[in-house]
Amino acid sequence: MITALNLRGVGVSRGGRRLFSDLSLSLAAGQACALTGANGTGKTTLLRAIAGLVALDAGEVAFAGAQIDEARAGGLHLLGHLDGLKPARTAREELSFWSRWQGGSAAQATDAAAALELGPLLDLEVRRLSAGQRRRLALARLLAAPRPLWLLDEPLSPLDAGWRTRFGAMMQTHLAGGGMILAAVHDPLPIAALSLEIAG
Amino acid sequence: MSRISVLLARETALAWGRGGGALVSVGFYAGVATLLPLAIGPEAERLAAVASGAAWVALALASLLSLERLFERDYEDGALDLLTLSPLPLELTCAIKCLGQWIATGAPLALAAPVAAIALGASPALAPLIFACALAGGLAFAFVGGIGAALSLGARRGGLLTAVIVLPLFAPPVIFGGGALDAFAGGLPWHAGFALLGAYAAAAVALGPLAMAAACRNALS
Repeated sequence: MITALNLRGVGVSRGGRRLFSDLSLSLAAGQACALTGANGTGKTTLLRAIAGLVALDAGEVAFAGAQIDEARAGGLHLLGHLDGLKPARTAREELSFWSRWQGGSAAQATDAAAALELGPLLDLEVRRLSAGQRRRLALARLLAAPRPLWLLDEPLSPLDAGWRTRFGAMMQTHLAGGGMILAAVHDPLPIAALSLEIAG
Repeated sequence: MSRISVLLARETALAWGRGGGALVSVGFYAGVATLLPLAIGPEAERLAAVASGAAWVALALASLLSLERLFERDYEDGALDLLTLSPLPLELTCAIKCLGQWIATGAPLALAAPVAAIALGASPALAPLIFACALAGGLAFAFVGGIGAALSLGARRGGLLTAVIVLPLFAPPVIFGGGALDAFAGGLPWHAGFALLGAYAAAAVALGPLAMAAACRNALS
């Protein structure tokens, strides 16, 4: 179980260009952090670097309470703007696959679908969902397999005002249970959060 | 275990659906087998001489068809990120993807292979060996092909690149399998060729996933 995320002096380059350097952050259980910065400054890259998909140039990512490989294998959710959902499969097939792949149970998948009001959509192919519905399906994965650290990339953008508020409440519940959230956003998060700005 | 079985079920379903899946491969295969007599002439003797070899080469080409999308779709839509963030080693995940590809396209092709060969005039006695060679060869094609598919991730015209990378690696199983079939048809000892084909398939299954996982990690970073 991860109890804290620590970034120390993190720097990443892509294609020979320095995106950012010397970023530090310390996120404890129950805390959220809004990651801001102009387009192209590397918010998505930082999230992927924390997940271990992108190599660091400098600095260190550490998780308290777990080995780094263990934390990345089973302790974090990464929600990107590419959501990994297959257009030709039904919402139910996708939710149940990802829930089991990420270590959740069938009951948790059912509860997650109920929490995001996906019931009537579950038998539709993913290609038939609107952008907001599709995002709700992606968000359902966060609840369908409990993991302490949520790395979210623009989680709110396709959601309507009502769902932004309700997802805010879900984030609040996650934090209250000892979870952590690092979210790349352009609009403020609907919950109390630290902030980390990547300078362009 | 549950992770492995759900992933295998997903990959088999995706490979089955990928561009028409098994039906397209089998249709392509039937097309090649039908065109061949038109190209080389209808004399039964001449056809029978090349039947098993032609069926075997067409099999290698047909197994290339849906290969390019094996990793590409998951790479493009972000699923590969989530498949990587798992307690299962990426190597095992890659192996399961190839196994799904083999179940969905390799096995139907292996069933079609003896039919095509006999239709071209091969002796029906060859059918069991053609089926066995096609099964083992299909496994090698899926795992070696997976390396090409993973290496061409992120490239434009990835399908072409996959074929260029993979076709030379398809040569040994084509030679071993063709040799075994030829020897069997001529009443000569055929076990050595079949054993080499099996050894090649086993090596592809054992080593291919290491290369695929490294190529995927590289493409993601």
